[in-house]
Amino acid sequence: MDTSLSLFGDYQVIHNYLPILVFIIFAFAFAIGTLIFSYLVRPNKPDPEKLSPYECGIPPMMDARERFSIRFFIIAMLFLLFDVEVVFLYPWAVVYNKIGLYGFVEMMLFIAILLVGYIYAWRKGALEWE
Amino acid sequence: MVLVKIIIILGVILLVVAYLTYLERKVIAHLQVRIGPMRVGWHGLLQPIADGLKLLVKEDIIPEKADKWVFILSPIICLVPAFVVYAVIPFSQHFYLANINIGILYIISISALGVYGIVLAGWSSNSKYALLGGFRSAAQMISYEIFLGFSIIGPLMLAGSLNTLKIVEAQSGVWFIIYQPLAFALYLIAGIAETNRIPFDLPEAETELVAGFHTEYSGMKFAFFFLAEYANMMVVSSMAVILFLGGWKGPFLPGIVWFAIKVGAFLFLFIWLRGTLPRYRYDQLMRIGWKIMFPLCLLNIALTGIIYYLFL
Repeated sequence: MDTSLSLFGDYQVIHNYLPILVFIIFAFAFAIGTLIFSYLVRPNKPDPEKLSPYECGIPPMMDARERFSIRFFIIAMLFLLFDVEVVFLYPWAVVYNKIGLYGFVEMMLFIAILLVGYIYAWRKGALEWE
Repeated sequence: MVLVKIIIILGVILLVVAYLTYLERKVIAHLQVRIGPMRVGWHGLLQPIADGLKLLVKEDIIPEKADKWVFILSPIICLVPAFVVYAVIPFSQHFYLANINIGILYIISISALGVYGIVLAGWSSNSKYALLGGFRSAAQMISYEIFLGFSIIGPLMLAGSLNTLKIVEAQSGVWFIIYQPLAFALYLIAGIAETNRIPFDLPEAETELVAGFHTEYSGMKFAFFFLAEYANMMVVSSMAVILFLGGWKGPFLPGIVWFAIKVGAFLFLFIWLRGTLPRYRYDQLMRIGWKIMFPLCLLNIALTGIIYYLFL
């Protein structure tokens, strides 16, 4: 009895997500179908000038995939740190009206700990962009 | 039934995006005392259709040193999430595709996938402008995604649910913008930055980066990036309406009309901002985000928590 109930529950959850799956298939079909259609009707006359990457009219100097600024990497690391924090906040926000003061204080402690990391990153200059 | 709904939603998105480009050109033209497109159809009304047809039959150039398959895939990666997000948006009380209990989380996570398309487009083009545009775009979008995520915690605390329908129902009395003005302002700024619109359109700053990540793209693939950007604008507007402005709720008119009016107002705001504001520098963009918006987001969560506990 118990298992059948939980199975029914699972079926309900999957049933809700089914339209999304169909939508994803439709969106892919639209994108790929449009590309194929345009492939069939468009002209195709390549020449070396046309195929070279744009560089304001001069011949391309070297490969474009060079080293890039470390700042972008630091931003990516900060993103990992704080986005995980956001993910923790979502379930907390949803049940906030049930957990009351205790939950509030706990989350403020959690944010305070992350705030220490934020202040550290700020003092270290990770948020500067020269 | 599901298939009919999907086709309606896809058709409406395409039509609205097409006429959004027309509206943008017209409104900006009039803001700058020009008249905008006038030739194709009455007052240029068929211009978007002519543009679409033109892009469909244009030659599609793949640069010789480009990573061919990634180059072809990245516009698709950009476009599909921009469409799929609409699955959980309630256009009215009865018209929505899927009613899942993690709606907002779904929107945030799926729309975040679009950044892959942009980075891969910049990387695979093997052009310096495209690469720089891709990196800038990635750094900007992932930064402002955090603030977007933080700013909507407040309304979620008030609604007590991630389900988009329940969030709108929770605003039957008072819209959340009254309780959460700071969160609304933060959400709006983050949303504009997230969709790469002026004043935060650094990824495609024409004066320095030609066209940013889609410099090398042409024809239908270019159109996909365009479609994705405008579809994302509509997603950000719809989310603002659902979270802060009471979704489809309003007197007299049917729900879907109210939803369209509210989303339309936001889209007009996007265009208005483009016609009015200059572009920020990249260091300014990062400073606004990390040093001003982030503390304000945390402050908003703390304030909401305290006020909710004391008064509600």
